[in-house]
Amino acid sequence: MSAVIKVGMADYKVGNGPDKLLTLGLGSCIGITLYDKRKKQGGMAHIMLPKNPTPDNPTPKFADSGVDLLVKDLEKMGVSMRNVEAKVAGGAQMFTFSSSNEMNSIGYRNAESVLHELKKRGIKVIAEETGGNSGRTIELDLETGDLKIKTMGSGEKFI
Amino acid sequence: MTIRLDRLNPLQLDALKELGNIGAGNSATALSQIISKKIDMSVPRVKVYSIYEIPELFGGSENIVVGVLLRMFGDMQGSLMFLLDEESARKLLSDMMLGQEVGNLTDELPMSAMMEVGNIISSSYLNALSFFSNLTIIPSTPAFAYDMAGAILGTILYEVSELSDQVLLIETDFLGNGEAIRGHFFVLPDLPSLGILLKAVGVE
Repeated sequence: MSAVIKVGMADYKVGNGPDKLLTLGLGSCIGITLYDKRKKQGGMAHIMLPKNPTPDNPTPKFADSGVDLLVKDLEKMGVSMRNVEAKVAGGAQMFTFSSSNEMNSIGYRNAESVLHELKKRGIKVIAEETGGNSGRTIELDLETGDLKIKTMGSGEKFI
Repeated sequence: MTIRLDRLNPLQLDALKELGNIGAGNSATALSQIISKKIDMSVPRVKVYSIYEIPELFGGSENIVVGVLLRMFGDMQGSLMFLLDEESARKLLSDMMLGQEVGNLTDELPMSAMMEVGNIISSSYLNALSFFSNLTIIPSTPAFAYDMAGAILGTILYEVSELSDQVLLIETDFLGNGEAIRGHFFVLPDLPSLGILLKAVGVE
C-alpha cells in the first residue's frame, strides 16, 4: 500500500517509494521536488517567497532556506545530491493588476530564486513548469519519479 | 509602534470589529443597489490566523472560487478581497445583468462585472474606514482570479508572510437573493498599518 503524504504551504516532507508526496493549490508559491530514482527516495518543498530575511531562523517558507532544509533531510537519509533530479512547478501570476504592482511579479521571482538555489548546489533540474495564470496541485510518485500537475482549466499532465 | 497580533486587547478587537461593521454596512448597501436586491451581512469577525491555515479557510485549498482583489495604499497598506464560490458568482452576475445566463466566467463581460462588484464593495468599505479614522486610504484597481482557493489565498499572503506567521483578518459574509448568493469579504491590513489604524481611532 502506498500512502499520500501531504505537504502544507511553507512546509517540506521526504519519503520513499511507493508513497506519494502531494501539495495542493500552488499559486505564486513553488513546489520543488528532488528525487533519486535508484533509491526511490525523494522530497517535496512548498515555498512561498524568494529569500529568507532572517537566515538565523531557517524555515521552508523561503526558497533559499527551504531548499537547504530539504537537501539536508535527504542527505540524512543517505541521498546524494549528485544523484537527484529536480522538478519545479508553480510560480503563477494569479492576479494581474493593470497598474504596476509587486504582486504581479512574485511568482516569477520565486521561480527565479528556486532555480538559482538548485543550480548553486549543482542539482540537475530535469523538468519545469512555472509561470502562467493558473493554480496547480502537484503529486510526486516516489516509485517512478513522475510529477503529476493538476490545473483547473487544463486537467492533468505529467512532467 | 510594533503590534503583536497575539497581544491585542479586547478594546482593540472591539474597535476593529466596529470599524468592520461600519465598513461592511456601507458595502452591503452599495452591493444591494447594484443588484436591486436586499443584501444581508453577518456581524464582522476579527480574527488572528496562522498563515498556514489560510489556504484551507474557504472550502479547502482545491475549492474553486472567484476572487476579486484590491490593494490599499496611502496611510494604510494591505489587501481587500471578495471571494465567492462559482455558483454564487453566477447568481450575482445574473442578478446584475437582469437575469441573463452567465457563460464562461473568464469572458470579458462577467469578469469585468465581477471586478466592478469588488471595486464597489471595497471602495464603499474604505470610504467608511477613512471617514471614521481620518486616514487617507486609496484602493488600487481591482484584479480578478477564478481558480483554486489555496492558490489565490497563498498569493495574497506573500507580503505579510515575509515577516510574520500570523495574519489578522476583518471578515464579513454577505448573503443575497435569499441565501443563494454567499460572498465573503475580508480586509488584511499589514502589521504597521494595523498599528496606524488603532492609533487613529484612539485605542493604541
